[in-house]
Amino acid sequence: MQRGISYTQSFFTLLQRDLRIAVRHRGDIFNPLLFFIMVVTLFPLGVGPEPQMLSRIAPGIIWVAALLASMLSLERLFKADFMDGSLEQMLLSPQPLPILVLAKVIAHWLLTGVPLILIAPLLAVLLNLEQNSYGALMATLALGTPVLSLLGAIGVALTVGLRKGGVLLSLLILPLYIPVLIFATSAIDAAGMNLNYGGQLAIIAAMLVGSLVLAPFAIGASLRVSTN
Amino acid sequence: MWKWLHSYADPEKAYNLSSKLLPWFSLLALLFISVGTIWGLMFAPTDYQQGDSYRIIFIHVPAASMSMAAYMGMATAAFIGLVWQIKAADWVAASIAPIGAVITFIALFTGATWGKPMWGTWWVWDARLTAELVLLFLYLGVISLYASFEDKVLAARAAGILAIVGVINIPIIKYSVDWWSSLHQPSTIKITEKSSMSSEMLYPLLINIVGFGLMIGAITIVRFKSEILARNGMRPWVRALAKQEGVS
Repeated sequence: MQRGISYTQSFFTLLQRDLRIAVRHRGDIFNPLLFFIMVVTLFPLGVGPEPQMLSRIAPGIIWVAALLASMLSLERLFKADFMDGSLEQMLLSPQPLPILVLAKVIAHWLLTGVPLILIAPLLAVLLNLEQNSYGALMATLALGTPVLSLLGAIGVALTVGLRKGGVLLSLLILPLYIPVLIFATSAIDAAGMNLNYGGQLAIIAAMLVGSLVLAPFAIGASLRVSTN
Repeated sequence: MWKWLHSYADPEKAYNLSSKLLPWFSLLALLFISVGTIWGLMFAPTDYQQGDSYRIIFIHVPAASMSMAAYMGMATAAFIGLVWQIKAADWVAASIAPIGAVITFIALFTGATWGKPMWGTWWVWDARLTAELVLLFLYLGVISLYASFEDKVLAARAAGILAIVGVINIPIIKYSVDWWSSLHQPSTIKITEKSSMSSEMLYPLLINIVGFGLMIGAITIVRFKSEILARNGMRPWVRALAKQEGVS
């Protein structure tokens, strides 16, 4: 069968398309970021401004806010394409579906995960994070947020055809996020105490590799169910 | 062997088989659970440390161990349904999910009531408790995903994918929670080790575990039968059955 273009070409075509669409709707990039900042800002107001306490809970706050921001932004991942029918065209195309969804997920991560990583140190300053934790914070976010995007995309793909998918989405994917949260925050804690945090990073990296390999297939299968 | 098994993918045969199996499962479950519970609650010796309050173990441990087993059963059925496109397997998965959720809830609830007199609090963020709670969330996710699709064929498939994703995650979650609680909490709390249990306590416990398994099987069969009827309401054999029963 003639496929027309190679896997690499189809991957980058879709990646470029998604990035271009997002650049033209800048709100999609900034809204999750603003949400992230807002959630982090609420915590000192809620638990009190003592620097010791804030620096103790800072890794948890930043990571929980990152989980929520990633989940909120994921809702839009397939929605527009589903509404205007281009998702069905992707399913019908001769290109393998896992490659196409991988391109979409990576585009999504570049648009929402990377800005989040870039702004995180600033918020860490606001929360009085330990001096030596910054490296660990950046490293865990860099390795962990793609895992969030990949796992979350499975839930989004399952709920894209539903009218009230939003609330359901949190129930579906937040339990899957728990391991990332645990290892990321403990790596940051360990770094704050000047301990070696290579082990935790290695586990998050293993989760990244595992989900990078397996999640596109699950996302593809879910999309086929949802668009039926 | 495979050919013989495949014939049960047909809803009518599956229905008849489950009707035949149901009395066996329910009677055996009743027998095992009553023997195990009466033995455990009345005749098993009192624990020298925990007194009589340890006796909730005869409900708690079977529920907890079966909550995991039910999830594995559900995911296996979902996998069979997804790979070989057997609808009956999807229905099995859909019928197990609420049962598993209830069993998980029972395990959590009895654990909490056991924890109150023993540890002095209803809830601690112990690794096993947390993992069980996450398991409950996974069940609830599968149930609500199944409920939110109008088309039940699609619903079963979507819930099946989620169940399978959950199975890959259960060991990771379990391991990470274990690791997390060993970091955050020194092991001041220990549930009685199994190996240190005397055989007069162990036998009723094992009998109850088997009984709970049979009970889950029986309830699954009941739900499976009604699921078959609900999905095949237009088929002639269902109509004949309804006429025979005097409804319709």
